[in-house]
Amino acid sequence: MPSPAHALVAPVPSPRRLTHLRQLEAESIHILREVAAEFDRPVMLYSIGKDSSVMVRLAQKAFAPAPLPFPLLHIDTTWKFGAMIEFRDRFCREQGFDLRVHSNQRAIADGINPFDHGSSKYTQVMKTHALLEALRDGGYDAAFGGARRDEERSRAKERIYSFRDRHGQWDPKNQRPELWNLYNGKVRKGETIRAFPLSNWTELDVWQYVWLEAIPVVPLYFAAPRPVVERDGTLIMVDDDRMRLEPGEVVRDEVVRFRTLGCYPLSGAIRSTATTLPEVIQEMLLARHSERQGRLIDHDEDGSMELKKREGYF
Amino acid sequence: MYLAEQEQISRDVEGYLRRHEHKQLLRLVVIGSVDDGKSTLIGRLLHDSGRVYDDHLSAVQRASARGATRGQGSTATIDLSLLTDGLKAEREQGITIDVAYRYFATEQRKFIIADTPGHVQYTRNMATGASTADVALILIDARLGVLPQTRRHAYIAALLGIPHLVACVNKMDLVGWDRAVFDDIAGVLAEHAGRLGIPDVRCLPVSALDGDQVVRRGEAAPWYQGPTLLEHLETVPLATETGWSELRFPVQYVIRPNLDYRGFAGQIAAGVVRAGDEVVALPSGRSTRVVSIDTWAGPIDEAFAPMSVTLRLADEIDVSRGDMLVHGGARPAVTDRLDARVVWMAQRALDPTRTYVLKHTTRTTRVDVERIEGVIDPETLALQPAARLELNDIGRVTLRCHQPLFVDAYAVSRSTGAFILIDALTNDTVAAGMIEPPRADPSPADDVERVTAADRRARLGQGGAVIEIGGRDALATAYRLERALFERGRVAAVVAAEHATAFAAVAVLAIVPRSDLPDGVTLDGTAVEGEPLLAVLASAGRIDAARADHR
Repeated sequence: MPSPAHALVAPVPSPRRLTHLRQLEAESIHILREVAAEFDRPVMLYSIGKDSSVMVRLAQKAFAPAPLPFPLLHIDTTWKFGAMIEFRDRFCREQGFDLRVHSNQRAIADGINPFDHGSSKYTQVMKTHALLEALRDGGYDAAFGGARRDEERSRAKERIYSFRDRHGQWDPKNQRPELWNLYNGKVRKGETIRAFPLSNWTELDVWQYVWLEAIPVVPLYFAAPRPVVERDGTLIMVDDDRMRLEPGEVVRDEVVRFRTLGCYPLSGAIRSTATTLPEVIQEMLLARHSERQGRLIDHDEDGSMELKKREGYF
Repeated sequence: MYLAEQEQISRDVEGYLRRHEHKQLLRLVVIGSVDDGKSTLIGRLLHDSGRVYDDHLSAVQRASARGATRGQGSTATIDLSLLTDGLKAEREQGITIDVAYRYFATEQRKFIIADTPGHVQYTRNMATGASTADVALILIDARLGVLPQTRRHAYIAALLGIPHLVACVNKMDLVGWDRAVFDDIAGVLAEHAGRLGIPDVRCLPVSALDGDQVVRRGEAAPWYQGPTLLEHLETVPLATETGWSELRFPVQYVIRPNLDYRGFAGQIAAGVVRAGDEVVALPSGRSTRVVSIDTWAGPIDEAFAPMSVTLRLADEIDVSRGDMLVHGGARPAVTDRLDARVVWMAQRALDPTRTYVLKHTTRTTRVDVERIEGVIDPETLALQPAARLELNDIGRVTLRCHQPLFVDAYAVSRSTGAFILIDALTNDTVAAGMIEPPRADPSPADDVERVTAADRRARLGQGGAVIEIGGRDALATAYRLERALFERGRVAAVVAAEHATAFAAVAVLAIVPRSDLPDGVTLDGTAVEGEPLLAVLASAGRIDAARADHR
């Protein structure tokens, strides 16, 4: 990835005034350190996407020159893009991270997949249940997530320290008030906190930071010829031979990229020629649709994200 | 999005990004009552500044057509308020339940909007949204003018130390953009804000529904020469440093990867620190020197609030999380006693006989409530005596911490003048606190260790209560109850109504005969150690627990 020349310029434009990105950075680092200081067994959810990449970089900044004082945890549904897993393994090896990977083994044995069981059931089992299982098995009392409040309506209500009960559930109508930067990390045994260091970042902020800091991201964000089928108006990439084609569907090579990454059968690609970061950002700025539009799991029903989050989804 | 901006992005995205990188961040809290049109105003700001994606907009269009939510959703006008309601229950009920955060950016600035509900637990939510805000935006319905709630909203903005207040006089279309209406409201508000000591107040006429004077200027009010709301938000000066630059560095985390490196990590709460500076560690009072200011990208010469950095010190002195590094000159007060204004945020009232957990900067300590000075009336600003604080009350209290804190007055430094209280039992966040300046005339009485409510409770095995006895035989019943409680070892007294709370505050069971009230018992107080107060009363004789109304 090309490193922007201006990244070498001093980040502070005027004396003693931080740019909004540096303010966000300072706030995120404060959150990361606070959780590391107040909890016995924190863990960082690592989903391989651009937000995770930024969150991990912020964590490196928070604890340098020491290594991260917590492991990374990837909830692997086994249906992620091959390129994501490749990126994950190389990146974590190079950076020396302690990566844990967890999948819902029982669901795999039961043959749960996104084609037969619908995106909603599939997500509940392979993501939410797997996550709760991994948090319980690891005995983690706090988990960082890279979610942002600008992503979705119910996320806009999420606290930076989001309290979850014994069953990992979120009660949106009964959240702890959160004032200043004084976070309440008190939990009883079995209860947990989900901490969101990127709460106040927007999609543009994340991309801008990726550019400014030359942070590595999965190549799927950049346009390239890829095999896709068009299904219900969405372009789905045929990432491996498990992809089931409906009658009449034809696999074509098209120049596409992804605005968000997840399980390949549930991630819509967009037709695009953006092959560099500035081009990707340009496209995002001029886009008329939100990034989550390409995510099939959010469209199941009105308020579906809220329902998932109540059940323990990130 | 502005067309010009779009063009520029198409033409030269890198140039656009470089400019965007240098934008300032402005945090705004929007405060309004039900039906002031708050959600519509925010929806209008987002929509007219081009920050709403088509898929979000079409979802709102569908919902507007389906619900015609507030009786105003024709097919022509979409209900912009739906853009901001996040939770299912909110959309169903057409109300806002909890603080939500919205984001948008213009050429000049990036904005974070805290959208606070106007009615459900409004004080609590407003205080939450206001705690980090640079600007408070208050909505006033042009038809109704400055209401008691407007005064409350302004008071909360002032209480939380927000330097800039913007009052949007909304629904100007419904008063025919009458200049006199606007001028009247602006005058009343300016007078009130002056009493509150808010340094910068601005009144703007708008119509959120039509969009006039929000982002677009419109032609409805030729008499109005001032800025639109967005113009004002883009230009309001951001005071990052109010001339106050004393170093406050709460140590958050100690970084120790090996024996050769010991770094003290934290976010600078106030002031500036330079490599080579002499600093004092609190509470030890030991002096040392800053050897280097470390960041991921390498050491830097100078750091200032609100940067997150790591400091290395010249001497191996004992410093850990919760300690504070400051310059030798102007130190914070090191004290275990706090005078503070608190916003009570929990259903369960403040109980002076219980211990709470206080979090201030990176320090957490147990704390006792030494004294409740009273409750502040947010409309008249008068302090009224009170024995306890209820949900949404704003009170003045004196707290005694189990460990010393390093504090400044909130009015001087928000970051080192603020704290939260946590219920030690439920772990809920129950109060937000703002530290008052040290009293100008310290009295010898301040040094005396006072008998606290907790001390009284420990001694007497009971908390205080007010027990009102109604009915024609109230006095006789009251004396019988007093006797029965006395025989059981309880401290109880029959007192006049006006003294009851004072007795209750010192852990006495205050019995008030009220022959003017209908037959029955009203209870207001905490439990007696080991058994609920109702049960004590019932077993004390002739009080039928079933008849008692436990408030």
